[in-house]
Amino acid sequence: MSEEKLFLEMNNIKKSFGDLEVLKDISLSVHGGEVLSIIGPSGSGKSTLLRIATMLETMDSGSIKYMGKEAVHVENGSLHYAKPHELREIKKNFGLVFQSFNLFPHMSVMRNLIDAPIHVQKRDKEEVISEAKELLKKMGLEDKEAYYPSQLSGGQQQRVAIARALALKPNVLFFDEPTSALDPELTGEVLKVIKGLAEEKMTMVIVTHEMSFAKNISDRIIFMDKGVIAVEGNPDEVFNSDNIRMQEFLGKLKHE
Amino acid sequence: MNFITMLEQISSGMLNTILIFFLTLIFSLPLGWIIAFGRMSKNKILSSITGFIISVLRGTPLMLQLMVVFYGPYFLFKLPITNWRFPAIIVGFSINYAAYFAEIYRSGISAIPVGQYEAAHILGFNKVQTFFKIILPQVVRIILPAVTNEVITLVKDTSLAFTLSYMEMFTITKQIASTQTTLMPFAIAGLFYYIFNLLVSFIMRKLEKKLNYY
Repeated sequence: MSEEKLFLEMNNIKKSFGDLEVLKDISLSVHGGEVLSIIGPSGSGKSTLLRIATMLETMDSGSIKYMGKEAVHVENGSLHYAKPHELREIKKNFGLVFQSFNLFPHMSVMRNLIDAPIHVQKRDKEEVISEAKELLKKMGLEDKEAYYPSQLSGGQQQRVAIARALALKPNVLFFDEPTSALDPELTGEVLKVIKGLAEEKMTMVIVTHEMSFAKNISDRIIFMDKGVIAVEGNPDEVFNSDNIRMQEFLGKLKHE
Repeated sequence: MNFITMLEQISSGMLNTILIFFLTLIFSLPLGWIIAFGRMSKNKILSSITGFIISVLRGTPLMLQLMVVFYGPYFLFKLPITNWRFPAIIVGFSINYAAYFAEIYRSGISAIPVGQYEAAHILGFNKVQTFFKIILPQVVRIILPAVTNEVITLVKDTSLAFTLSYMEMFTITKQIASTQTTLMPFAIAGLFYYIFNLLVSFIMRKLEKKLNYY
């Protein structure tokens, strides 16, 4: 894996909310084609880490690089971002799928998919539409392009959200607990789509509570606890780890 | 004075009433956005000043504000106000209504979940695109019922222009009533205001239906 290209590097990330230290010096990297899952109890900092990686949240110290280009670093307590036009290019590297979908309710499924590629990436409209149709087909939603999000089930909405992120052709796709708002039946259809992407070697970072799913599709898993990476490795290593917190976490899940 | 003459005179005032109504909307609807942005600004000084202005505009009678706008230039700066009557009415109404619209806009904007901004940001939309493509269309739908309320109130509030003796419908009605000593002009004016508002509600209901596509 180490010879493959580094898509994302996060170094020495620290973040506090008031007195609460959420991330304590976290470093992680993601290689091209890799599926990385981040698991751990609520409040362990996984979602914050994802929000910092996608620059929805600022950090107190550390640095973030995409494809070897630095997006932001902290020096003497202040954030230094890349130049605006460089930063815009860097941000094109990643997409994010939210727990609560965050589709635009006033736009049809098709417009949700094509608006950013046309108006942000300035790509050809016809081409974008035909690609969007392909994506919807892949998501099993080819008959839903004229629907509005409110007319769809949660699972369908989340698949639209995944298609919307993919329409911008990101190098890395982040998922922030993509199935936490869904019932078990709908969870299955979303996980199937993500699994399909993993098989296509899409680079993904997935924050999830679906343990068997994480075990199943990940190349690497990070177990976070109290703001640190407690265990890291391939699925077997992590699930058979003798780390006490990891054991407790898995035990709790079994009893639930 | 017969009924037909009365009707003619009152309807001639109706034109000025309609003029006040439309000009006020044309100026106050956009001005409301500027005030709303000032109110929501991260700059504390700007947002408190705007907040104070809104509270004064909403906390004092519109009639009083019209007086201040009309007589202010003369009393404060000794400026001539001969041609200032009609502009003063429009300025007074527009500023007052903009304050109300600003608060309605603000409530609409704060009703939009933060996830909408985050999704727009991740997709690469800039601030202007995010506002016009993502936020505004959703806000318009949320605030329409509240805006309708204000617009209906405005139809009736146009009668306050009589305090500056502007020849709109109510001023004329009052003149006829006092010279002819009859209630009939008030009945006619009341009917006109009522029909005007029926029309306003009808149009706004159509608009609401049109926006209910999602």
